[in-house]
Amino acid sequence: MEQIASALGIVVVGVLGCVVYFVGSNWFLDRLYPADAASPEQSVRNLAMVHRIRPWLFLGPALLALTLYLVYPAVASLILSVHDKNGDTFIGLNNYIWLFQDREFHQAMFNNILWLVFVPAMSTFFGLVIAALTDRIWWGNIAKSLIFMPMAISFIGASIIWKFIYEYRGEGSVQIGLLNAVVEAMGMEPQAWITLPFWNNFFLMIILVWIQTGFAMVILSAALRGIPEETIEAAVIDGANGVQIFFYIMVPQIWKTIAVVWTTITITVLKVFDIVFAMTNGQWDTQVLANLMFSWMFRGGGDFGRGATIAVIIMLLVVPIMIWNIRQANAENKGL
Amino acid sequence: MISGSKTKSPLMWVVHLSVVLLVLLWTMPTIGLFVSSIRDKDQLAVSGWWTALFSSEQNLIGRSLGPDSQIEKDGVFVIRGNILEETEKAGKITAFGWRAQEPTAYEPGAVAEMRKGQTLKVEADGSYELTSATKWKGSRGKRLFHTVASPPIFTLDNYREVLTAEGIGRSFINSLTVTIPSTIIPILIAAFAAYALAWMQFPGRAILVAVVVGLLVVPLQMSLIPLLQLYNKIGAFMGVPAKTYLGIWLAHTGFGLPLAIYLLRNYISELPKEIIESARVDGASHFDIFIKIILPLSFPALASFAIFQFLWVWNDLLVAMVFLGNGEDQLVLTGRLREMLGSRGGNWEILTASAFITIIVPLGVFFSLQRYLVRGLLAGSVKGG
Repeated sequence: MEQIASALGIVVVGVLGCVVYFVGSNWFLDRLYPADAASPEQSVRNLAMVHRIRPWLFLGPALLALTLYLVYPAVASLILSVHDKNGDTFIGLNNYIWLFQDREFHQAMFNNILWLVFVPAMSTFFGLVIAALTDRIWWGNIAKSLIFMPMAISFIGASIIWKFIYEYRGEGSVQIGLLNAVVEAMGMEPQAWITLPFWNNFFLMIILVWIQTGFAMVILSAALRGIPEETIEAAVIDGANGVQIFFYIMVPQIWKTIAVVWTTITITVLKVFDIVFAMTNGQWDTQVLANLMFSWMFRGGGDFGRGATIAVIIMLLVVPIMIWNIRQANAENKGL
Repeated sequence: MISGSKTKSPLMWVVHLSVVLLVLLWTMPTIGLFVSSIRDKDQLAVSGWWTALFSSEQNLIGRSLGPDSQIEKDGVFVIRGNILEETEKAGKITAFGWRAQEPTAYEPGAVAEMRKGQTLKVEADGSYELTSATKWKGSRGKRLFHTVASPPIFTLDNYREVLTAEGIGRSFINSLTVTIPSTIIPILIAAFAAYALAWMQFPGRAILVAVVVGLLVVPLQMSLIPLLQLYNKIGAFMGVPAKTYLGIWLAHTGFGLPLAIYLLRNYISELPKEIIESARVDGASHFDIFIKIILPLSFPALASFAIFQFLWVWNDLLVAMVFLGNGEDQLVLTGRLREMLGSRGGNWEILTASAFITIIVPLGVFFSLQRYLVRGLLAGSVKGG
């Protein structure tokens, strides 16, 4: 009870503080440079002043937060990455040299590439197929919400859900994991899936595909609806079948949206940490960069230099997408 | 061949079936979790959740009453009792045995010949009868191997247990304390910023927009170490703990802002120009316009971002683990779940119930506000696509 009361208290104070800033600062600005000043010239000057200052009052908190939480850390990580574990001594590129010789890093890089290829491809593929199929049936919207649902589930919740599916019981006992039960019913040996080197990566990736497919489906389905009817009708008249229409008429027309979906999922994949952390914590050759970074943050009291070095690598991998994103947005703005 | 209405029906069947299959694939995992969370824990441990509606069989070992309860009748020494009462199980005996090598050798009601002319008979209801020509010796009863088929049991005990004993209840409140301000504060800040970027004239506007778009993809892992150090320094300087709710709200605000500003700016900049211009002509300041016109008009966009941010913060593990710590009073639901995965790894009744509690809020939000969520996704991703 007490906890709820104090929580409510801080919530109100926090939110109110924010409101007070915006209302207060703008009120103050209007008092400082009143529009109805003594002389008309003064009024005009005041108005110009207000125009110059007000945008920054509006933008202030946002710029401050963005700088503090995203821009500053990016720079600080770069600096940390050339320092030792406590961040005191400058050690040049030693962290990078260490990193590129580290077996675990090679493993994480290799696995990350697997994730980057497999997850966006599978999510986009399933999303596209499901979008195309559900658009044709009367209960499509219900089906879509059900497939979209995993989007709401946390990675850690999803990990528990799937860990239960992969659950393995020794030979002779009843399998309570769905996958092993199915495998056994088909007359094959049950396996401890998440400990099988190499293949276990795919069992972890499936979790993310399960979550992300709904996202891809929603966006691609909107894009499919935007395709002009005439192009499809023309193809039907020319004798194209469903599959041909899909691949030769529909897919090329929504190519741009597919690219957007693909990139967005790629970014999610690069950041993914929770699934590996919860399922294996990098054991049995499933390490990925984000988890490796996290483990260096706290391993043996923490090595911030090495952790930051891995963060910089992740950042470098994102840069091309970032540039593409900005270009895309700029092109859009010019179109307006 | 023209694929007109004639070939439509068989093809449509394939479509319907494929979608049914896909929906099953996508919902089955969550259904399994839910079903498991309301099953009796003993049944959960020995049978798959898909058998939840059928009775489950369990091989058990019990012991008969000891020799002190034997009765002599017509020169035969008899021990009687009920094995289900001993092992406190409900259900029916489907098989029994007296040797570990063959625990299910006999059908209920059959008479098993044991050594030295002893016999054992177990009925379906669990009552047994041990007979012997000579007096039963020793201090303990005989081992009775038996298979019990129990009817399905559904219970809320698992939930009761995790809510009281496992600290899930407390974490639930912690999660709310983190999530609510972390949703409201960035919306306020982002709405003002988005309006400025969309409708106010000032130098550097284009660059700022580009910066926001660029920051959209910055992986937040990047920020953790420098911020953690900064928090530690500030905490030490001010003499307060480094890991506070205020700290995590601000962190979530910072990380959520690029998406918030981006989505809201897209929306606000497409509001009709005339409304804003005529208000300007009437002498309204930007602040008045924002409060009286823009905010009410942007409700759909605000709602869709609010849902995103809420789901994102509620489901976050990483930020909470770094900035809030793993102390008992501050652990959020995702962190608690992670901890249980380590400590209660095999107790599926605990794990499934806990996991279901953590996903129930996002699922509720999701199903009730799905329309806004989809709208937000579309505004952010396929604009012009």
